[in-house]
Amino acid sequence: MSDTNRANQPVTPGRPTLAVFKFASCDGCQLSILNLEDDLLALGQALDIAYFPEASSEMRKGPYDIALVEGSITTPEDAHRILSVRKQATWLMTIGACATAGGIQALRNWGDVEAFKRTVYPSPQYIQSLSTSTPISEHIHVDFELWGCPIDKAQLLRVITDLLGGVHPRLPTHSVCIECKRRGNICVMVAKGIPCLGPVTRTGCGAICPSMGRDCYGCFGPAEGLHEGPGLPPNTASLAKEFHQGLRLIPVEVLRRFRGINGSVRPFREESQAWEQNDRASHE
Amino acid sequence: MVTQSNNHIDAIPKVLLQQLLDVLSAKGYRTVGPVVRDGSVFWDTIRQVADLPLGWRDEQTPGRYRIEQTGSTRIFGVVHGPQSVKPLAFAPREPLLTIERSKGRVSVQPTMPKSEKVAVLGVRACDLAGLAIQDHIFLKDAYRDPYYRIRRDGLFLIAVNCTRALATCFCASMDTGPRASANFDLALTELDEEMLVEAGSEAGREVVRALTCAPASPAQTREAERQIKACAGSQTRQLDRSRLPSALYDAHEHPRWDDVAARCLACGNCTMVCPTCFCHSVEEAPDLTQTGSEQSRLWDSCFTQEHGYIHGKNIRPTIKDRYRMWLTHKLASWIDQFGTSGCVGCGRCITWCPVGIDLTEELPALLNSTTQVKKESIRS
Ligand code: SF4
Ligand code: SF4
Ligand code: SF4
Ligand code: SF4
Ligand code: SF4
Repeated sequence: MSDTNRANQPVTPGRPTLAVFKFASCDGCQLSILNLEDDLLALGQALDIAYFPEASSEMRKGPYDIALVEGSITTPEDAHRILSVRKQATWLMTIGACATAGGIQALRNWGDVEAFKRTVYPSPQYIQSLSTSTPISEHIHVDFELWGCPIDKAQLLRVITDLLGGVHPRLPTHSVCIECKRRGNICVMVAKGIPCLGPVTRTGCGAICPSMGRDCYGCFGPAEGLHEGPGLPPNTASLAKEFHQGLRLIPVEVLRRFRGINGSVRPFREESQAWEQNDRASHE
Repeated sequence: MVTQSNNHIDAIPKVLLQQLLDVLSAKGYRTVGPVVRDGSVFWDTIRQVADLPLGWRDEQTPGRYRIEQTGSTRIFGVVHGPQSVKPLAFAPREPLLTIERSKGRVSVQPTMPKSEKVAVLGVRACDLAGLAIQDHIFLKDAYRDPYYRIRRDGLFLIAVNCTRALATCFCASMDTGPRASANFDLALTELDEEMLVEAGSEAGREVVRALTCAPASPAQTREAERQIKACAGSQTRQLDRSRLPSALYDAHEHPRWDDVAARCLACGNCTMVCPTCFCHSVEEAPDLTQTGSEQSRLWDSCFTQEHGYIHGKNIRPTIKDRYRMWLTHKLASWIDQFGTSGCVGCGRCITWCPVGIDLTEELPALLNSTTQVKKESIRS
């Protein structure tokens, strides 16, 4: 969208401004916005897109009514920049696994970042990088989080529609399995013995992976989010046990199932750590 | 039920079964049957007998489903897939209304499903019992659901009496099978060479009249009876209902609930595959311009957080609360609510539970030494 003519127009009253910010990420979630096709036009009419560098060279200054944040915090500079984004935005939503959970790059949280730097770069002293990748919510207050790698277009539109209508956004938190069954899929875990994360993963994608005959790998994060506590979903421990005892995955394979795109979110993190211990024990 | 039927029974050579599909098509029915797909069977449109799972056979155990080609001449060797006939009447996602707002006026348009004549071939006795329960919920008394009504009215049900039970089947102990005893248009029993045909409705009799068939011989009906009885006798699982519903209410504080909650994923698969579960939620999908909205009905489950959300509070936060809700509704409060059990013994929840939780194992464990547990908990 290179609609530079609009640069000097005032913000239409009742037409909130939107800004899209990028941190450590692959841009896939921003592309999901651009992939809205016809709905993108409607979005552009309903909202005043004031700052979206991925889409337009027109970049107006804040404050903004709605800010969408893609990506996680992996550098000292970004840890600082996110504070100013928060100050400029009335309502702020993270989009995608990176911003909401730290993303695949949070695998570094279990590694040695200094060693990575020395291995990859000839002059590692110029690389300014934190030893962790953390979700936006660990740095600032976040008003709403959209899960997914990438996010689901329909969920994004739904949340914005709710906001415009003055309704508090609310998305379902139940398992992928429910949507999988509504779609009439044959369960890959039961019928093929493939270790599927659907039972502990939050709905939202439309159960795309099982619909293609493959396993869910948890890209929408834990079902019911972070409601950690005894006896509350997601019951990762039981599913992990089934992967191991029923489907014969060895401990390191169970570990890897949970340490993926959302591996650093508490329920998945704790499960992978438990299997890391089992793995160590199995080598002793 | 294994009781012998008094209806007139005909026999049609299996090689002529295509006639049945042709007669139904000529009468304007879309013919639907189990079709092999992704390692199981699913309801799909069929045009030829060859579309059916000829020679295939399924094996089901807790948390596991496998299908294999045996090379036999059995047309209905696959007992069932994940879905009963439920989705053909109670759609997983049913558009209900479109709402439009223009010039200050709001108009509401119901979006009724297209009425369609659908003949379903291969319905099991337990599925029919499940559908009778759905009929009760959606069509009886004051609240009659027009969406369900349209889909249900179009159905012509062709049952297949079971001559082989799965390891997970327990219809004999629920009095719902393996023989189809009511609510069907036609019921078939598959023998080696012939298909026995019994009509259960006027529409069914009309179809039979158009087929090349002869009255079944006494030897044929005896053989069919023998196989159905053997099927009932071979069932290893059962559910003892003699102390229900009260014994399950009394078991409300039984420690076994914690045990099963440690295994249960709250994934909801058991409710999604159950022929009797009827819970649904209504989803509102407004458009971005705030001028219109679409409302749909979606299958829901008592295993979701949203299902227990009432008056600003989740009344069933834990997995234990949810599994207890599910089992207690199925086996106990359903009886108070509808006068029947909410379980028809199809065994699907056992097979399609990713961790293989088996209600026929949980119930006896829960009814075991309940009184003792209660006394102990009072003392402590
Ligand atoms: S395929 Fe995966 S998501 Fe679908 S029902 Fe099975 S476990 Fe659940
Ligand atoms: S068992 Fe649960 S999902 Fe099924 S009908 Fe009862 S409350 Fe609904
Ligand atoms: S509770 Fe289980 S066995 Fe009983 S009818 Fe439902 S799915 Fe079938
Ligand atoms: S439960 Fe009974 S009726 Fe249902 S498939 Fe098994 S044997 Fe047939
Ligand atoms: S009993 Fe099994 S299928 Fe049902 S919610 Fe629990 S884990 Fe899922």
